[in-house]
Amino acid sequence: MKDFTTLFLALDSTTKTTAKVNALVSYFTKARESDILWTIALFSHKRPKRTVNTRLLREWAAELSGIPLWLFEETYHIAGDLAETIALIIPVNSEDSRKSLTQWIQEIKSLAKTEEEVKKDYILSAWNSLSGEGRFLFNKLITGGFRVGVSKKLMAKALAKHLGKEESEIAHRLMGDWTPDTVSFQELLLSEDFDQTLSKPYPFYLAYAIEGEVESLGDVKEWMAEYKWDGIRGQLIKRSGEVFVWSRGEELINAAFPEFQELLTWQLDGLVLDGEIVVWKEGALGSFQDLQKRLGRKKVSKKTLKELPATMIVYDILEYEGKDIRSLPQSERRQILDSIFNSGEIPSQLSLSEVLEARSWEDLKALRQGARAKDAEGLMLKHSNTPYQDGRKKGGWWKWKLDPYTIDAVMLYAQRGHGRRTNLYTDYTFAVWNAEGMLVPFAKAYSGLTDVEFKAVTKFVNANTLEKFGPVRSVKPELVFELAFEGITKSSRHKSGIALRFPRIHRWRKDKKASEANSLEDLESLL
Amino acid sequence: MAAHKDLLTFNKNGIYCSVAGVYIDPWRKVDKALITHGHSDHARSGSKSYICHKDTLPIIRHRIGKSIEARGIQYGEVFTINGVRFSFHPAGHIIGSSQIRVEYKGEVWVASGDYKIQDDGVCTPFEPIECHAFITESTFGLPIYSWKPIRETIGEMNTWWEANKSLGKPSIISAYSLGKAQNILHNIDKTIGPIYCHGAIIAMNKVLQEAGLFDCDILPVTDDVKNYGNALVLTPGSGINGPWAKRFKQASIGVASGWMNLRGARRRRGVDKGFVLSDHADWDGLNAAIKATGATKVVVTHGYQDIFTRWLCEQGYDAVSEKTLFEGEGSENAEH
Ligand SMILES: [Zn+2]
Ligand SMILES: [Zn+2]
Repeated sequence: MKDFTTLFLALDSTTKTTAKVNALVSYFTKARESDILWTIALFSHKRPKRTVNTRLLREWAAELSGIPLWLFEETYHIAGDLAETIALIIPVNSEDSRKSLTQWIQEIKSLAKTEEEVKKDYILSAWNSLSGEGRFLFNKLITGGFRVGVSKKLMAKALAKHLGKEESEIAHRLMGDWTPDTVSFQELLLSEDFDQTLSKPYPFYLAYAIEGEVESLGDVKEWMAEYKWDGIRGQLIKRSGEVFVWSRGEELINAAFPEFQELLTWQLDGLVLDGEIVVWKEGALGSFQDLQKRLGRKKVSKKTLKELPATMIVYDILEYEGKDIRSLPQSERRQILDSIFNSGEIPSQLSLSEVLEARSWEDLKALRQGARAKDAEGLMLKHSNTPYQDGRKKGGWWKWKLDPYTIDAVMLYAQRGHGRRTNLYTDYTFAVWNAEGMLVPFAKAYSGLTDVEFKAVTKFVNANTLEKFGPVRSVKPELVFELAFEGITKSSRHKSGIALRFPRIHRWRKDKKASEANSLEDLESLL
Repeated sequence: MAAHKDLLTFNKNGIYCSVAGVYIDPWRKVDKALITHGHSDHARSGSKSYICHKDTLPIIRHRIGKSIEARGIQYGEVFTINGVRFSFHPAGHIIGSSQIRVEYKGEVWVASGDYKIQDDGVCTPFEPIECHAFITESTFGLPIYSWKPIRETIGEMNTWWEANKSLGKPSIISAYSLGKAQNILHNIDKTIGPIYCHGAIIAMNKVLQEAGLFDCDILPVTDDVKNYGNALVLTPGSGINGPWAKRFKQASIGVASGWMNLRGARRRRGVDKGFVLSDHADWDGLNAAIKATGATKVVVTHGYQDIFTRWLCEQGYDAVSEKTLFEGEGSENAEH
């Protein structure tokens, strides 16, 4: 695991892309293929199944360090990372095991069906045979979450450099739900016929948010505008009489959306569609909450399928008649898509994304303003000449979202930051006034302030705490913040009766007193 | 039972000895202030008169003002105010740093100020003082904080500096101008290359040098120097993000602080390298120091006091936590 540790430290100690690529390449040159494969998997969040639960890890670490469990938990809360807390809290030693990354992973996996005592023996002896970073990484193999700023794109770049291949080919090869148990290094990265893999999705093209004035994009005639829907980005593959639906997170979501299997009877084959999966009920778009009821299911009941049927709003085609057509310009791909939808029977699970007619940017601005009434988040702008690119690229596609809703709310509770912002109060619960003049909590938010502001709020919290509940403090209701959010729905689970989508702190309203914050009525008027 | 009045108590001004009418490290203006050391959260301006260790004297004159009424005394020297015996003892934190021993009618209290156990070779090493009650800091009062020997951390710095030098990259380290800077300057391998310092460190070193307390060849950062590629540059944290640091092209930036023990803190500071180097005691150090005093009562301040207090109570101490005014809950950047 030494090489892997060195790699991890190198990646962790820089934010510069070139330095990260170099670190990866030099690791690829030294490491054996099975270790490389696992490294790619770990950095793409494909960690092995957890075989030891974290409660046990915490208990054993406290026991080994001779401290009470409460002290371990308090310390963990402040340090924010379990793997790191354990690595630092158990006594230092100078051992350094020579086992490879793959061996460690295989051993951890083999714990799956063993008794607790066997697990404990194994984990304690592993901790004792590792030191410092090695111990930390071993813990990460169990708990997951290698956040080292290695994106898919960066990994593809480094592998392409190492293997002397095109970056786009590597990006494509890395797609899908492979694991090091189902595929070898050779098969994944070097085989000649990888694109014959039936289920393999293409890398998604991701848009940046538009910056500045939309007029700076040039001639409006070169752009195609569509509504931007708030659903799940999906890729629908139909090849050799099989249907696969992938989420942007590269999860196969066939089980959660079985209705797409009805496309098996559709005469077309050898095609890959890109679009937004939404719930479509009684001729109208369902809410994101509706969609969430469909997500993450291994099995969907008949009732749910009937009440919350899913549809894909299709906006692009990446493969047609078995051929990769991603390099064709946007307008030509759209023509092909139009021709498909204009000819013959279209399965009810598919609908075509409407291209918005506009002669000027003013027209588009008006359409964007009207987007919310259509339950859309804003518009997408796509250049008519752009190919379908890999990953997040500037220039061809832009998202042009509506400005968020905002509301002024009073801070009621504050919680210490978990992880990155140790020792600062960074998570706040906010309230608005109800008709009886009471403050009703309605949202939690934890981002949007600068470090300086977080420090100032922390000072306020320390000086104005009313009560402590573990890491949470109730504070004098004095500070007012403007919250921004993307959507609002009724919710019986919340005391306030509403739920916000993506609430975050927009700015600190130092100019406002608590009494000047908004009311629950104001919020309800947005429903 | 008649309430026994504590010899040292906490009030809105600071740590107070009511029998003698003096304060230790007051955070507001008082008549008589006893100062443990020269860091700004302990030595504050505005009091009528100050008593501190003789090596702290030039520091507070530099920081608070030349004209303050202040007296410096030796370690171990006893003076009496209103029947209360006071003496200063080495705390090993920075030059001049002292624990203050307070004795009245056979009862002994010690206020630790800030302290560290490891000998940095710069200041007089920490000495445990027997007492009934010990007021301890707890900046790093969590069991995840455990320091390597100073020479090991300095060894990492030397290696890092050498590596940067071979690439022609300047090595910048952010460290406090009083304490950490001298700790590094004293211990680092000065044969690797030239050492430049930010004006704040130059000024502090000059004060220490004139008092005969510290000596090291360092150079000021100026516009005349064209290439810092082989150099080590020391700066207080404020220098790193400002325009001052722009001149060091391609520099690798390190931070020397106990907080660098945590990956989150390293990432948050956005630096290339974190060196775990502290002028405070780590978890084992705090526990060992408290044990060595023989105290049964412990007052915990300055850090993770609530957690550390609970731990000490479970270890059988009569421990309480007290807050000082000028601290959050151990802000990541502060380590005075
Ligand atoms: Zn201090
Ligand atoms: Zn200090």
